[in-house]
Amino acid sequence: MSSDELIWRIAGGSGDGIDSTSQNFAKALMRSGLDVFTHRHYPSRIRGGHTYVEIRAADHEVQSRGDGYNFLLALGDSFARNPQEEAYYGNEEIKPLSENLDDLREGGIIVYDEGLIGEEDVADIDLEARAEENNWHVFPMDLRGLAREHGREVMRNTAGVGVTAALLEMDLDHIEDLMSDAMGGDVLESNLEILHEAYDTVAEEYDFDHDLRAPEGSHETEQALLSGSNAIAYGAIDAGCRFIAGYPMTPWTDVFTILSQNFPDMGGVSEQVEDEIAAAALAVGASHAGAKAMSGSSGGGFALMSEPLGLAEMTETPIVLVESMRAGPSTGMPTKPEQGDLEFVLYTSQGDSSRVVFAPGNIEEAYDQTRLAFKIAWDYQIPTIIIYDQKLSGENTNVDVEFFDREPEPDLGSTMTEEELREAAHDASGKFKRFNYDDAEKGVSPRSLPGQQGGRFLATGNEHSPVGHISEDPDNRVFQMDRRLEKLDHIREELTEEHASNQTTFGDETAEYGIITWGSSQGAVAEAVERLNGNGYAVKGLSVSDMMPFPEAEVTDFLESVDEAMVVEMNATAQFRGLIQKELGRFGDKMTSLLKYNGNPFEPAEIVEGYEVNLEGEDRQPSAQVRIEPAAGD
Amino acid sequence: MSAFNAIGEEREIDRDEFTPGIEPQPTWCPGCGDFGVLKALKQALPEVGKTPEEVLTVTGIGCSGKLNSYLDTYGFHTIHGRSLPVARAAKLANTDLEVIAAGGDGDGYGIGGNHFIHSARENHDMTYIVFNNEIFGLTKGQTSPTSPKGHKSKTQPSGSAKTPLRPLSLSLNAGASYIARTAAVNPNQAKEIIKEAIEHDGFAHIDFLTQCPTWNKDARQYVPYIDVQESDDYDFDVTDRREAAEMMHETEDVLNEGTVLTGRYYVDDDRPSYQQEKAAVGEMPDEPLAERYFDDDAEWERSYDLLERHT
Ligand SMILES: Cc1ncc(C[n+]2csc(CCOP(=O)(O)OP(=O)(O)O)c2C)c(N)n1
Ligand code: SF4
Repeated sequence: MSSDELIWRIAGGSGDGIDSTSQNFAKALMRSGLDVFTHRHYPSRIRGGHTYVEIRAADHEVQSRGDGYNFLLALGDSFARNPQEEAYYGNEEIKPLSENLDDLREGGIIVYDEGLIGEEDVADIDLEARAEENNWHVFPMDLRGLAREHGREVMRNTAGVGVTAALLEMDLDHIEDLMSDAMGGDVLESNLEILHEAYDTVAEEYDFDHDLRAPEGSHETEQALLSGSNAIAYGAIDAGCRFIAGYPMTPWTDVFTILSQNFPDMGGVSEQVEDEIAAAALAVGASHAGAKAMSGSSGGGFALMSEPLGLAEMTETPIVLVESMRAGPSTGMPTKPEQGDLEFVLYTSQGDSSRVVFAPGNIEEAYDQTRLAFKIAWDYQIPTIIIYDQKLSGENTNVDVEFFDREPEPDLGSTMTEEELREAAHDASGKFKRFNYDDAEKGVSPRSLPGQQGGRFLATGNEHSPVGHISEDPDNRVFQMDRRLEKLDHIREELTEEHASNQTTFGDETAEYGIITWGSSQGAVAEAVERLNGNGYAVKGLSVSDMMPFPEAEVTDFLESVDEAMVVEMNATAQFRGLIQKELGRFGDKMTSLLKYNGNPFEPAEIVEGYEVNLEGEDRQPSAQVRIEPAAGD
Repeated sequence: MSAFNAIGEEREIDRDEFTPGIEPQPTWCPGCGDFGVLKALKQALPEVGKTPEEVLTVTGIGCSGKLNSYLDTYGFHTIHGRSLPVARAAKLANTDLEVIAAGGDGDGYGIGGNHFIHSARENHDMTYIVFNNEIFGLTKGQTSPTSPKGHKSKTQPSGSAKTPLRPLSLSLNAGASYIARTAAVNPNQAKEIIKEAIEHDGFAHIDFLTQCPTWNKDARQYVPYIDVQESDDYDFDVTDRREAAEMMHETEDVLNEGTVLTGRYYVDDDRPSYQQEKAAVGEMPDEPLAERYFDDDAEWERSYDLLERHT
């Protein structure tokens, strides 16, 4: 017997190894042939605080977290169990059991660590009554005791996995393999003992009548489990990026770390510097000297980058910046996702500035659009920004390994060789006309690099003449400005002609109701649309990735083809809807917004409900956590 | 074949090569100390065998920031206070370039102070020239971090309540491995110091006293100056941190009393540059990173090779 989908939630204190345990378990599920999707919820502190990871696994494609979940492994928190620890960490009470019950589906399974979660706790929340009411199957197990007996207390995660596998009637093979990959010696021995003991105890001592079993599936090709941050880092590597500068800030740190760890083996350079102004300025300096360079940050750090971003625009120095959003304003909620920095990223920096902004919506898009970001930046000598969020950054999904089997593209775009420079235009003084507007193609005048013969020029953040000297000549100003702005039109054209797939559509093509979204909300919207169509509605979806230049034609076609549209995004001020209205100058009365900004990403059911409320024209909000912002006239 | 043939080119170099053709002519005020820096650089560069095209000058904003508009090398005129991070990265990306950063005291010790401290700390192999005129020039005479206490300006009309920053001591404490002070009025010394700084492997900081006759009228014109290496009154070991520190303190004290001491203050030839330190821990490529993009035989690792850990 197997079930349609398993959504396993492991909950406890952060710093307890919940992350690595769930990562391995997700991989084991993937290796058993299932599609998986992980969702991480954690507080902004190093140890303690309530945290959970959800793994959704099914025999079909999963694009989002599920609605609720069906298996809870509630571990106790490991800290503050002696006065010294308490003095250090505080003794905030962690309730891995009670905190998690609201989302547990009917018929779900609960395993909790009796060794740490006492009878009083269980009585306090009246677990028995609630279990009966919801038909939950509850298994108290002394995981701590079991772990202690064979090894160390922290290994109770392993005991939990063993119990899970037994209850779901899963093989232990994949789990064992992964354990042997990750550790060795005594540690491995103890863990394996604990795993088996836990498994056997359940198998021998319990009769169970729950319906949930691990789904069965198979993959035709090899799969890899990775996060959006992995995909961005790997896209950068394959685009020939070999220079990164940064300053840590959650969640951008993930990309920064992955590249820093890989670059030494690839002849790349990684720099952790004094602040984000420096970080982006380093990317500019390295690119100026001939490296494919990137930097990035999250909201607050990106704010500091607005200066060097403008410098890159004015000097036409290609760079790629990553903006990994978290909830704001200011320091906001460091570990919670939000799509609240869109306007900031589009318009930050002074003057009529322009840049290219991509907002990938899933792991594959994150990889593809990162490659594209480098290509566009180096071809057009313009900064490109990849905007994504804590959700896409941290969630892990399986992707076909072959998807990544592509040639690297270390090409420096519109950079000249010395031979080409010899043929290029020079002015009377012998200087290279780096910023020539006479024969610029698509707004681009090819560049030289310091150290090249015959390419001498001055780059300056001031308005400048063709050779790069500061100039306030009105004619020159207009020529240069127009040339720089002209690039955007050609980039738009190129994106439409060659990379139309940047925008994703799904659902029923003929539907007269559309749901529009951007970035990481894509998965939940796609699932919601699928479900709505399954429920007899006719709905279609559009997920937009190109934020600047804006895909006018595609969005216009979509909006014209529907009577009504709902724009789904994770922020409170409907920033993406605002962008559509600004760019297209109409459709304000066609679009309603569904907004969520409580720090948790959308679940598909919330979008389904939002649609229904909206469709029926009800005068109510769908839930306490999700808000509808009605349509506005043009 | 290198993609950067101008680098390491050996030939007789005329200092006029560093002067741009017809335009632009310096827009500095008559008598401005900035002319002295420009002149000293133009003399020093050919003498150390540098061609204009292998040199990258990176400047900040201010009158001083216009240095590379009048000096014909590869140049990057950046934004206020940010010359150092741009310059550092250019050097990391192409270690064969001769990188010289320059800017004013407001630019380098004020808005860019954080970058100054960390560039010195890391001992990047580059030269950093600070045009120290004890004033904001370009924005018309406001008090700068090195303006004397009590200095009156339109933004501090009752006289500055702030003690001036001590650039030499700061630089030493931050970690620069070559530190000197020179003055525009002393062209021969300035040229020699710039040559040494360029040849030094590490962060070479030159606090370059430049007079601003327009906004700092009653301020020192830095004459007469005393060369601490030439004078019998000052005997200290430039390679000794403590002795150098002592000497810097004295120099910074007496400047406020009107005595101008110049010369080399600290030279540490033993300390590896940042690039060398980074190479030693295996985080710096053997060849200049920038070269690799032009190398047809370069092997580019792919992310595909990294996927094993994810399967
Ligand atoms: C971010 C920023 N803040 C302020 C300015 C205005 N500004 C231009 S030059 C300058 C001061 C320059 O003083 P200093 O660095 O001592 O150079 P000097 O002109 O004396 O050579 C200021 C404040 C600016 N361009 N950018
Ligand atoms: S204002 Fe002062 S620093 Fe600027 S050019 Fe004139 S004299 Fe020189």
